[in-house]
Amino acid sequence: MTARSRTAGRQRPQRHFPLQVLLGFLVVYFLVPFWWVIVNSSKDAPGLFGGGNTMWFADRIDYVENLTRLFTYDGGIYGRWILNSTLYALAGGVGATILSVMAGYGFAKYRFAGRRFSFSVMLGALMVPATALVIPTFMMFSGLGLTNTIWAVILPSLLNPFGVYLMHVYARDAVPDEILDAARADGAGEIRTFFRVAFPLMRPAVVTVLLLSAVASWNNYFLPLAMLSDNRLFPVTVGLGVWQGVASANNAGSTSLWSLIILGALVSVIPLVIAFFTLQRHWRGGLSVGGLR
Amino acid sequence: MTLLIEESAASTQKKAHKVRGKVRLREHLMGWLFVGPFGIVFLALLIAPLAYALYLSLWQKKLIGGTNFVFLGNYVKAFTDPTFLSGVWFVVRFSLVAIPLQIVIALAMALIVDAVTSLFTRFSRLMIFLPYAIPTVIGAVMWGFLYSKSFGPLTDIFGLFGATAPDFFSKNLIFYGLINVVTWQWAGYYMIILYAALQGIDPSLYEAARMDGAGKWQIALRIKIPLIAPALLLILVFSLIGTLQFFNEPQILRYLAAGTIAPGFTPNMYAYQQAFALANFNYGSAISFALGGIVFVCVYAFLFFTRKRRSFL
Repeated sequence: MTARSRTAGRQRPQRHFPLQVLLGFLVVYFLVPFWWVIVNSSKDAPGLFGGGNTMWFADRIDYVENLTRLFTYDGGIYGRWILNSTLYALAGGVGATILSVMAGYGFAKYRFAGRRFSFSVMLGALMVPATALVIPTFMMFSGLGLTNTIWAVILPSLLNPFGVYLMHVYARDAVPDEILDAARADGAGEIRTFFRVAFPLMRPAVVTVLLLSAVASWNNYFLPLAMLSDNRLFPVTVGLGVWQGVASANNAGSTSLWSLIILGALVSVIPLVIAFFTLQRHWRGGLSVGGLR
Repeated sequence: MTLLIEESAASTQKKAHKVRGKVRLREHLMGWLFVGPFGIVFLALLIAPLAYALYLSLWQKKLIGGTNFVFLGNYVKAFTDPTFLSGVWFVVRFSLVAIPLQIVIALAMALIVDAVTSLFTRFSRLMIFLPYAIPTVIGAVMWGFLYSKSFGPLTDIFGLFGATAPDFFSKNLIFYGLINVVTWQWAGYYMIILYAALQGIDPSLYEAARMDGAGKWQIALRIKIPLIAPALLLILVFSLIGTLQFFNEPQILRYLAAGTIAPGFTPNMYAYQQAFALANFNYGSAISFALGGIVFVCVYAFLFFTRKRRSFL
C-alpha cells in the first residue's frame, strides 16, 4: 500500500546510477560464499585440491556422484541430520508459535490480575542471554533423564518471548475490542471468539512468528551441541560442525570428507532459502509490525 | 450489559455489582488461560534454569572435601581469571567495532533500496538478506573455506598482484576475519528491519521538505534517520546482546584456526569448556551468570545514555 502511494506521489522515477553500482558491489560480496560453495561442491577431491581455479568449475562436474556419497556416507547419517533439523524446526516453531499467539492475545485483550507485572518480567527476559540458560537447563534435563533425547532440543525452543511481544503488539493494533465485544454479545464464548474472530485477524503476524521461530530452531547450535551426544540425533548444524572438526584435525587423510562438508553446507541451506523466497511477503509484513513503535 | 437495562432501578445496583464481579473474574480466568501455557514454559525453562544457575554458581566442587558453599567465591575467581577477563575484553572490543560497522552498512543499504525503486534494488534487497537464512554455523563454515589456504580464492587473487594472501586465521587477523563473517551474516537482516521502518514513514513529509528546498541528502539525514531511530535502537540492543554472547562462529572456526582461537576465546566458549569439557558445572554457571550480568549492565547503560528507555520497553 505505502509503496504504491509513494511511487504515485513521485514525479519521475529516480535511477541514481552510482548508488546502484555501489549496491551491485555489495550484492557481489553477499553472494561470494554461496558462489564458492555452489562451484566447489561440484568437484571431486582432485578437482578440489588440484590447485585449479577456486572460483570456477573444474573440468569434471560431479554433483550426482557427490550427492550420492553425501547421502550414503556413514550409513546415510547426513539425511538423518536433515530430517532431525526439520523435526526440531517444525516442532519448536509450531509449539513456540501456539504459545506466543495465545499469550500475546491474552496480554493484549484481557485486563487480568498480574498482567502488568508478568508482561514486564517477560520483556526483561528478552535481555537474558539465551546461552546463559544452556548449562543449567542441561543440568536440569540431565536430572530428569531428558538429555540426549529429542526433547532436550525441542522443549527449550518453545520459549520465545520476542514472539509473544510481536503478537502482543499485533493483537493490540489489529484486533479491535469492538469486534470482540460484538462477537460476545452475539453469544460466542471466549474460546470461540478467539478462534473465529481474533485469530483470522492475527494471521499475518502468526505466519511471521512461525517463520522466525522455525528459523531460530533450525539455526540452533549451542543448545543441541551441549545436549546431544548421540550423533543420530544431531541437527545438521552440529553434524557439519563435527565433520569439520574431524576433517581439520586430520587434514591430509580426509580430503574426501571436505567435499562432503562443502556439498553438505550447500544442501542444508536450500530448504531455508526456498522458504525465504516463497514466503518473503509474510516475514516482511511481520517485521514492519516488529519494526516497532 | 443489555440485560442490566431491563432490570428495575432498585435491584440494578446490587445485580450490576454481582454481574460485573463475575465478568471481572471471567476476565482474570480467561487472561490466565491464554497466558498460562506460555507462563508455565517461561517458569520451567527460563526462571527455573536462571535460579538453578545462580544456585550452582555459589558452590564449588573439590576433588577432596566434596562440594562446598563458597558464596561469591566463583565470581571472585571469574573476575580475577585472566582467561575470562581476556574473553570479556575480546567481546567488548569486538562489539565496539562490529556493531557500528554492521549498522552503518545496513543503514546505507536500507536508504538506497528505499530511495531507489528499480527491479535491481528489489533483487538486491533479497540477495543481501539471504545470509540471514543461513545458520551462523554454516556461514562460518563457508567463510572458513574462503579463508582457507588450500581451497580459498585469496591466494590466487593476491597472487595476481604478486602479494601474499592475508591469513585470516592468524593471531593478528582473526579479529577482522570474524568481523567480516558477522557483518556478512547480520547486515542484511538489520537492513530489512530498517527498510521496513523507512517504508512506514509518511511520504508527504518528503514532499514538504522538498518544498522547503531540502535536497536528497538532507532528507535522508534530517528526516529519515531521526524517524527510524527506534528501529536503529532496537537493532543496536539486539546486536549488543548477541555479540557479547559470541559463540558459534569462533567455535566453528576454532578447528581451522588451530592455535589462534583458544577454548576460552570468548566468555561463552569458556563457560562451555568449563561445563562440558571439564565437567566443572559450578564454575561454568558462574561464568554464564557473570556474562549475563555484563550483558544486562551494558544494555542498561546503553539505554540509559540514549535516554530512550521508554521507546520499546
